[in-house]
Amino acid sequence: METSDIVARYSNMPGGIIEAFHEIVDRHGFLSQEAIIEAARGFGISVAEAYGVATFYSMFSVKPKGKHVVRVCRSAPCHTAGSAAMVDALQEHLGIKIGETTPDQRFTLELTECVGQCQATPVFTIDGEPYPGLTPSAIGPVLESYLRDGNRKDGR
Amino acid sequence: MVNLTIDGQSVSVPEGTTILEAARAVGVRIPTLCFHPDQSIKANCRICMCKVGESRVLQAACASPVYEGMTVDTRSPAVIEARKLNLQLLLANHPQDCLNCIRNGACQLQDLAAEFYVRDNPFEIKTRRMEKDFSTPSLFRDPDKCILCRRCIEVCSVVQTVNAYGMQGRGISSIVVPTMGEKQIESTCIMCGQCIHVCPVAAINEVEEIDKFMAAVADPDMVVVTQIAPSVRLAVAEEIGRRTGDLPMESFVSALRHVGFDYVLSTNYTADLTIMEEGSELLKRIQENDRLPVITSCSPGWINFCETFFPDMLDHLSSCKSPQQMFGALVKTYWAEKMGIDPARIYSVSIMPCVAKKYEAARPEMNASGYRDVDLVLTTREVGRLFRLNRLDFSKLPPSQLDSWMGNFTGAAVIFGTSGGVTEAALRTAYELATGELLEDVEFQAVRGRENIREAEIDMKGTKVKVAVGHSTRAARELMEQVRSGQSKYHFIEIMACPGGCIGGGGQPLTRSDQQRAERIEAIYLEDQAQQLRKSHENPDIKTLYDDYLGAPLSEKSHQLLHTHYHPANNRYAVPGWNPQATN
Amino acid sequence: MARETRIVLKNLGKIDPMKIEDAVAQGGYQALLKARDMSPADLIQEIKDSNLRGRGGAGFNCGQKWAFAAAAPGNERYVVCNADEGEPGTYKDRIIMENDPHRLIEGMAICAHAINARQGYIYLRGEYSFLRRVLTHAIDQAREAGYLDGFDITVRRGAGAYICGEETALIESLEGKRGEPRYKPPYPPTQGLWQRPTIVNNVETLANLPSIVDKGASWFASLGAPSYPGTKIFTLTGDIKNPGFYEVPTNTTIRDIVYGFGGGIPGDLALQAVQIGGTSGAFIPPDLLDTPADFDSMQYAGLSLGSGAVYVLDETRDILEVVTRIESFFEHESCGKCTPCREGTPRLVGLLEKIAQGRGSRFDLDLARKLGHNMTITSLCGLGMAAPVPMLTAMQHFPAVFTQQVSAKTSEEGTPW
Repeated sequence: METSDIVARYSNMPGGIIEAFHEIVDRHGFLSQEAIIEAARGFGISVAEAYGVATFYSMFSVKPKGKHVVRVCRSAPCHTAGSAAMVDALQEHLGIKIGETTPDQRFTLELTECVGQCQATPVFTIDGEPYPGLTPSAIGPVLESYLRDGNRKDGR
Repeated sequence: MVNLTIDGQSVSVPEGTTILEAARAVGVRIPTLCFHPDQSIKANCRICMCKVGESRVLQAACASPVYEGMTVDTRSPAVIEARKLNLQLLLANHPQDCLNCIRNGACQLQDLAAEFYVRDNPFEIKTRRMEKDFSTPSLFRDPDKCILCRRCIEVCSVVQTVNAYGMQGRGISSIVVPTMGEKQIESTCIMCGQCIHVCPVAAINEVEEIDKFMAAVADPDMVVVTQIAPSVRLAVAEEIGRRTGDLPMESFVSALRHVGFDYVLSTNYTADLTIMEEGSELLKRIQENDRLPVITSCSPGWINFCETFFPDMLDHLSSCKSPQQMFGALVKTYWAEKMGIDPARIYSVSIMPCVAKKYEAARPEMNASGYRDVDLVLTTREVGRLFRLNRLDFSKLPPSQLDSWMGNFTGAAVIFGTSGGVTEAALRTAYELATGELLEDVEFQAVRGRENIREAEIDMKGTKVKVAVGHSTRAARELMEQVRSGQSKYHFIEIMACPGGCIGGGGQPLTRSDQQRAERIEAIYLEDQAQQLRKSHENPDIKTLYDDYLGAPLSEKSHQLLHTHYHPANNRYAVPGWNPQATN
Repeated sequence: MARETRIVLKNLGKIDPMKIEDAVAQGGYQALLKARDMSPADLIQEIKDSNLRGRGGAGFNCGQKWAFAAAAPGNERYVVCNADEGEPGTYKDRIIMENDPHRLIEGMAICAHAINARQGYIYLRGEYSFLRRVLTHAIDQAREAGYLDGFDITVRRGAGAYICGEETALIESLEGKRGEPRYKPPYPPTQGLWQRPTIVNNVETLANLPSIVDKGASWFASLGAPSYPGTKIFTLTGDIKNPGFYEVPTNTTIRDIVYGFGGGIPGDLALQAVQIGGTSGAFIPPDLLDTPADFDSMQYAGLSLGSGAVYVLDETRDILEVVTRIESFFEHESCGKCTPCREGTPRLVGLLEKIAQGRGSRFDLDLARKLGHNMTITSLCGLGMAAPVPMLTAMQHFPAVFTQQVSAKTSEEGTPW
């Protein structure tokens, strides 16, 4: 679906640009310059303002990402529960460092702050799907399920 | 009325007054930084903090309305310490560069550092290490110096509706950037330079070109000639510590010779010329009902705005060049001939209240003379620096007159500097040309005033000519939306990009408030009244130009030298971003 | 074994959140119908009398806030549910929304009646996007069943910004802008969303309303601590045998929460510190464990109930390291608008790292404390004011952790530690 179509669906919603950006990110992984310009047009704001919104929120990015975004929570409860070991394990499994994307563009690895799944720490998410309370040894099978399916859990 | 106590002093003010305003009323001047009298309250610098009552948490004076019985402490040691620590935080993220800085001596952050007797910084000095942006010929940005007051964003989006600036990122990574984080030249920036005036520090500045001037002066072969814009002479007085208008023309001319100019002429001369050409063009297009309304074209910030946001409306623009560029085309042709100077030796400078003129002078097509028509544009501020460099004693300068052939001007030219001036000047001539009658009262009060858009109807022997005057590009946008939708009822529209017109231009002495603009406008109208000749077509040197050289307005030679064309900017960021219904 | 008092979570485990009939069978929407029979003024008085105070962290009297909104001029008013729940260690609002969304909807509709609002929003943090379905489904069902009666609720998402839990930043985000707080006054009840009277209430606050309307203000006011009555859902994380969520009366002590419900520390290690209220809360030593967890008792002890997160650290933990991580959280989440928070949070992190690496002096400790204090009194919003609290309280209660890292040298300008 074209970005302009997505924007059109939300442009009657006052302040709906964030919802539009969510959907664009869900479909395309990031907010391109074209998407930001379309959003500005659709919501009657300047490109400068739309860009300011796009770059404020952690869940939006103006740079392309891999197909699956892995985020490791580093807030205090997960930190003391062993997020560092989780980060090490993920970096090793994926062969990339925090902030990087695998050469095949499949996975991007990032840090995040608390995602509200503190019932079982440490927590990481893949495409927003939480994986709370796993140990580093459990990472392999989880990642593999994404390789196997080749699809995102949300159907993109 | 609300009664409160400030530092033990009783104060009585209307409801809704802020602590900052109430304090000022009793002579208590709380320090501020992000606050600007013509803008919305920002409350982000956290310098104006005060203690209110027994509350542990301090309040920002700029944003706190007073209430009955409030007690305010604006100067206890704890309050001062709180402000100072925030100031030191800002200073620690700022290049310690005052000695080299273009705003040395004219910087609000520096002023505060002096007032707070800052002698060291407990914080490690650590700046953003971002690159300066010199991508435009008119202004440059130094993001390391930005204190994130956001005044530039407001003036560019609210006053100008250009939206060239916005925020990027969050937290310590947040920074003001041009559109989409691109370089300034890629953004929607029209180079009006209003941002320079509101910036309290040196994050945005004019491109300074004094070195080029010095090199030309030092070159024995070069004949350095300057034109001076109508707004400049009045405001340059502010650069030497005087009230606006308080520098006689003969002192200014003398000073310019002293700093190195070989010849001093006046843009006012070509302002009169512009009226001849544009007045004739207007009458012709009214007669032929050709692409009405005619829209003025002397404000390069406005031209940039039109090329960027209304590229489909360019054929409404007058084909006349600005007075600066008409001058440039003539100084290396007509004037060179009259003076017997080889035009290849002429270094053509213009002194302007404007930074967009630096861009205009560099437009590739501005070479009708066969050379670059204007080699260098210096702003009023740069001329101020030249005066200080030369340590001129204005009380002792011998008076000096403008040079010949392109120095004479009328009152109609003088008022070009204020919004409404071009229109009034055009009407003074167009009326007499169209009706053949003498115009008794040359002052068209209807086009004077401070509203963003003013309109008037002038009866020219049966033809009712409707004119509109707009200043600020916000007004321009409103007027152009009417033109685009076919609903514009005017024959003629004057648009100046800068609020107030050129007297408020991006190159003028730093303009702190609207009040300053108002004073300059008053001075301009007084200057007009002081002139013997007040209608452009009465300028004898203009008659000579036509008789000896151009022939008649809109002649082929006029077209070749004095007229131009425009280009759509094709800027993909130029979406309409201004919703007039949006609440702020 | 301590027992919970489930009022907000009374339907947990008893209903299918996707079936309105389950909620109704448990009494759902009866309180709303009762509220609609009351005049808005009477309803507001009832909520005021119950002394229900905000459960997102600010603790303002809910009924009083509603009274301001009701009295404010203007035809359009809004009820906004703050479901941004970004406080690390907190997930109580998610539990409520996942398990009993109708209770939240009912609470919002009660508020709407009190302030005469036609439109409501649930501002749902982006990380809870998966909750959209259960919420919109519940709203649809409530609408179809006629319970909403002209009041409509839209779910709108945040996008990963802790600051959007601050009510004016949340409002800015609803307006499609950067989530940067506004200076106050004006306050949202008079000028909020689109400059109109707006009530922003936390999920848990709203979820308390049906019981209060049903059983009455004096019933509620008699539960827990008098100054902050009712129950509070605490979420327990860190070095604890039974991490999880517990709804308890507000006069429960922290000791009871940690040892009674939490079962104490794994390995029976000693307790070193507890952080109450979320990541911006105070670190307290064992000798303050008998403080009742109600708002005012804690404020008196210099603490804040906050979101109800309880984070436990055993004796092996390096508090300095944890505090540094927490201040780094605030650096990441600062919106960047005001000087003290934008510039101060990274400076705090830098000073703490310097101290942790053994390169710090007493001057640095002093500077961190001065800077932290200045942030608490000059920041534009609650984030900047609260951000230094973990560090300041840790310095206050565990000074040795800091001083042991610091050499004996002082600079000429350094004040004694």
